[in-house]
Amino acid sequence: MSMNRREFMQILAAAAASGFALNSRAALSAGNAASFYELPPFGNVSLLHITDCHAQLLPIYFREPNVNIGLGHSMNRPPHLVGEKLLKYFGIKPGTPEAYAFTYLDFDNAARTYGKVGGFAHLATLIKKIRASRPGSLLLDGGDTWQGSATALWTKGQDMVDAGKLLGVDVMTGHWEFTLGADRVKHVVDNDFKGKIDFVAQNIKTSDFGDPVFPSYVMKQINGIPVAIIGQAFPYTPIANPRYMTPDWTFGIQDDNMQLVVNEARAKGAQVVVLLSHNGMDVDLKMATRVTGIDAILGGHTHDGVPVPSIVKNAGGQTLVSNAGSNGKFLGVIDFDVRGGKVMDIKYKLLPVFANLIEPDAEMSSLISKVRAPYEAKLAEKLAITEGTLYRRGNFNGTFDQLILDALMEVKGADAAFSPGFRWGTSLLPGEAITMEHVMDQTAITYPYTTLTEMTGTTIKAIMEDVCDNLFNADPYMQQGGDMVRVGGISYTCDLRQTIGKRINNMMLNGKALDPNKKYKVAGWAPVGEGATGEPIWDVVSGYLRDKKTITPRKLNLPKLIGVENNAGIA
Amino acid sequence: MNQLRRAFLKNAGSVGAVAAAIATGLLNPVTVFAAAWNSLAFTTKDLPGALKNAGYDGAAESSDIMIKAPDIAENGAVVPVAATSNIPGTTSMAIFIDKNPAPMIADFQFMNGAEPYIATRVKMAKTSLVRVAVKAGGKNYIASREVKVTIGGCGG
Repeated sequence: MSMNRREFMQILAAAAASGFALNSRAALSAGNAASFYELPPFGNVSLLHITDCHAQLLPIYFREPNVNIGLGHSMNRPPHLVGEKLLKYFGIKPGTPEAYAFTYLDFDNAARTYGKVGGFAHLATLIKKIRASRPGSLLLDGGDTWQGSATALWTKGQDMVDAGKLLGVDVMTGHWEFTLGADRVKHVVDNDFKGKIDFVAQNIKTSDFGDPVFPSYVMKQINGIPVAIIGQAFPYTPIANPRYMTPDWTFGIQDDNMQLVVNEARAKGAQVVVLLSHNGMDVDLKMATRVTGIDAILGGHTHDGVPVPSIVKNAGGQTLVSNAGSNGKFLGVIDFDVRGGKVMDIKYKLLPVFANLIEPDAEMSSLISKVRAPYEAKLAEKLAITEGTLYRRGNFNGTFDQLILDALMEVKGADAAFSPGFRWGTSLLPGEAITMEHVMDQTAITYPYTTLTEMTGTTIKAIMEDVCDNLFNADPYMQQGGDMVRVGGISYTCDLRQTIGKRINNMMLNGKALDPNKKYKVAGWAPVGEGATGEPIWDVVSGYLRDKKTITPRKLNLPKLIGVENNAGIA
Repeated sequence: MNQLRRAFLKNAGSVGAVAAAIATGLLNPVTVFAAAWNSLAFTTKDLPGALKNAGYDGAAESSDIMIKAPDIAENGAVVPVAATSNIPGTTSMAIFIDKNPAPMIADFQFMNGAEPYIATRVKMAKTSLVRVAVKAGGKNYIASREVKVTIGGCGG
């Protein structure tokens, strides 16, 4: 179905020749595949950045959202731009490989034309190429690396630990890593990573004495210039994920301490200070207004592929804030021109990783084959054929989430269902077989239990209000960076002009208003409380798929939104 | 260093640690227990009433009271709250949580020259303002900070 590199080049060349919308660089690359990734070196300090790959070792499809709403100060600003509005804002031409990488536009056709994205073997080749032109450069990994695939779950992240080391990661921070448990993370950091990868997090402390669990930062010499890389783990890990995974650690944003760490790094001679962050872009943008002395924030968590970083002014000068997408789809490259102890200029480029344009690295390919070998047969099982596109990303729902909700409601005999607003999970094109691997891509977590709970209408509303506030609270520091809980069976309106308790209205089930006092059977999965049990979600979904054999295009249960006029975060 | 401290404290035992604190004069058991227990203030159900009954009514908003608390509580049952008063002549500091069934949490008295810094853990059932009130030089001051309590889950 997808074309090889030569065919891809021919299409680009043909399109360029016939005057179709292709920008000059893409047209150039048609003549020379390698030139698409020609990035002239700049300055004397370079960092490469990957984040939120969610354990996707092989190239995948990943559809960007058509709903990514920003409100108040965040409205119509990066990263809250989708589709044509994103293209226009950043000056990207429609119908180009870049438009395919950064937006959902014409996704099925573009995916067939330009093929899959990411893959560690392809990433490895690209990283080697970029590093060859930038001596002394470092590779930073923003985390969410050891979770998101079957093999990562089944090997307790070992496949990704080994892949990260082979990729040449120098510094890392984390989020989903912690859902493997504090002991597992410490074991990897103290053994596998020892002397090779620095795991940094200024905001993780022991809950008894407030002692640091990991170093706050690491000082590296790049071409004779001291560069401090500070780590910021996802601040709300013990809230968004089970607290029992890291019972003795406390997280939080801690920007007072961040300022102390920056000051210390500067006092020790750092000429460049970079924050490797898993805050999410909105939190990073706010932090950049409050903490001074950071030259650049290389951010992740919210999975925003932002082609041009934001520049935030603050009392100490300015801070560049970037976000490098997800699923191995992008490689961020930042070059600093440092002279006289100061950063004089910065260049940033977010390179889409088109698997068809890059030869896979042999050594990484071999590692990937080796780690997958014991599981290949299980992963390859074809469960059903999908007639529609399946994807997850979007503030309120995705077709794969709808499929999970449909499966939960039918299998559990529930009136309604909740599915978490995770932002990871790969996409499928119409006509593709849904394999066990695809199901695991959406569900591979260490707390996969499904539940069936009796809830009153009042409780259902309270849960939806709570999660909605985690997404749309006016203060980014009160947001958690996930999407809205996906809701099956209940229609509702969501008034984004309101505050918590008043956003979710007109809740209806089977054409009748939800009774606040009546109990309803609600199915769900991924409970964060300790002691939960229940059939794993992947068994529920795979059983449902085997039974159906053909999955018709899903009808998304989406709320009617109020207060989104002229919002560039909605298509 | 930290591992050493941890081991030391483990060996010393909690009784020893508290004894050491008393020996330094930071905690004066006679004074602490001699102070009358203001049960009225601690059981008042509304914030204005609790402030009044604890003697903190009419407090002026102050930016010299620094409150350290999480933006979102990791566990509503034990929310760490710390505060420092930079107001000269601070003699007491108290913590109030608007939305708690009984808003008054604690009242700390400072001996002559003691640094007005407090740190404790509080229980919160829902999102609320956390207030720290201060008595200094015969006047009352107050500052607040919101702490969100959420059901959790569903993070990116």
